[in-house]
Amino acid sequence: MTASLIARAAFRTALVLTGVAFVTLVVLLPLATVFEEAFRKGWSYFAEAVSEPDAVASIRLTLIVAAIAVPLNVIFGVAAAWAIAKFEFRGKGVLIALIDLPFSVSPVVSGLIYVLLYGAHGWFGPELQAMGVKVIFSVVGIVLATVFVTFPFVARELIPLMQEQGTQEEEAAITLGASGWRTFFSVTLPNIKWGLLYGVLLCNARAMGEFGAVSVVSGHIRGQTNTMPLHVEILYNDYDIAGAFAVASLLAGLALVTLIAKLGLEWRYGGELAAARKH
Amino acid sequence: MTALTLPRAAPRRHTVLPGFGLTMGFTLFYLSMVVLLPLVALIVRPWELGWDGFIKAVSEPAVYASLRLSFLTALIAAAVNAVFGLLLAWILVRYRFPGRRLLDAAIDLPFALPTAVAGIAFATLYSPRSGWLGQPLKETFDLIVAFTPSGIVIALVFIGLPFVVRSVQPVLEDLDRDQEEAAATLGARSWQTFLRVIMPALLPAWFTGFALAFARAVGEYGSVIFIAGNRPLYSEIAPLKIIQKLESYDYAGASAIGVTMLGASFLILLAINLAQRWVARR
Repeated sequence: MTASLIARAAFRTALVLTGVAFVTLVVLLPLATVFEEAFRKGWSYFAEAVSEPDAVASIRLTLIVAAIAVPLNVIFGVAAAWAIAKFEFRGKGVLIALIDLPFSVSPVVSGLIYVLLYGAHGWFGPELQAMGVKVIFSVVGIVLATVFVTFPFVARELIPLMQEQGTQEEEAAITLGASGWRTFFSVTLPNIKWGLLYGVLLCNARAMGEFGAVSVVSGHIRGQTNTMPLHVEILYNDYDIAGAFAVASLLAGLALVTLIAKLGLEWRYGGELAAARKH
Repeated sequence: MTALTLPRAAPRRHTVLPGFGLTMGFTLFYLSMVVLLPLVALIVRPWELGWDGFIKAVSEPAVYASLRLSFLTALIAAAVNAVFGLLLAWILVRYRFPGRRLLDAAIDLPFALPTAVAGIAFATLYSPRSGWLGQPLKETFDLIVAFTPSGIVIALVFIGLPFVVRSVQPVLEDLDRDQEEAAATLGARSWQTFLRVIMPALLPAWFTGFALAFARAVGEYGSVIFIAGNRPLYSEIAPLKIIQKLESYDYAGASAIGVTMLGASFLILLAINLAQRWVARR
């Protein structure tokens, strides 16, 4: 009996150690590498790498792109969730599936589709060129590609949450004479605020970190159309490894902050989130 | 555009809530502009080559090799994730050990870490000359991971890990322990209980996780491109081929590869759906 208990405990320990070893090897070691390489040449090199003009321009562009793409997808996510969660109509399943679609498209294809529309040989390319509007190889194209890859984040967090909350509170407010906007801001928004924040967090992390889609439409013009991930690539390909990792460590820091905030939301407001319940 | 794929929408009659027209209208407009129109442009484009041209574009040796490589490495990585993801979900749900929450949180890192950052980290880690892992592997086993297909697999394992764990974990948490106890009381060995009672319940979620990890890995670019080495016919992935075609203004050729990948991920999603329905019906 005791022998089987010991065997059982040994088996458990072996499983746990295997799991920990796997995650260390696949996830934690790469993360440690980022910070180790970033500071390999010391603080001053790090500080210089993240404050030289091209790096600052890339940080600025990344912030601008996220500041446009995230609010657009928030407005869309809230509108889509309102229509889908509060009303019944045919084709709802199709609509939800279409909203999820960008998640299953390769990042490079996500960039490609905008080149096909707005590129030099794209559907609308020649007309745009004639008007002097540049979409591909400019900030506009980067924003479009970012909007596409982050498209589902807010909506897919809000839809199940609002479906679960039902329509009774809103109906009461409307019946008592509140306007639609007033009902939304005083009744719906307080109910979904943590779920919304959760969606925004994930949307923002992806928007700032997107590489493949943005890489296709950006044109890699230093100081102009390079976002942080693209700047990392350029430095790395120029063999400025420490510089590349310095900028990369900022992005890794953003990822860690996002994860911690996400965990905080799940622990504290787990009941008010849709996605967290699944964990 | 909006009439393209969506059935006619009509709100439920007896609700007093306003805003259906506005929110639905905006949703359909935005969806059409951002997602549907660009995807239609993708699907239409390759056919300017005609059917023969399409086949020729994707069967060109370098393109075919890249598609094969992307699908094969994605399949291997998803299989690795299926095994270790199941193990991780199991220990996270069933065992209590120090650092469990940290381990749980670490699983989400591949979702949050930008792919390019992961990419250069893997390339550095496995560099045969100076990497923490690459150098000992080279010196002890004469094994080179970076710039070979095995390096691609490692990056794809990283990218796909959360999918399997996060698919299996909630199902395992909700699993009714009564059946397991009944099985044990009736004299089943623990491995028998695991195979006969637990695994059948986990199977659909496990398969979903595997398929999601696979679908994500097929199209992955950022985390792979730095460690792949990108040698034609050997370690060039399909997304890289798309970029090369675009750079030479071969839009139709690029779209042909894109449509092939999109079609494949559509089939995968369809398979997930069918499998889940099949399990639900049993």
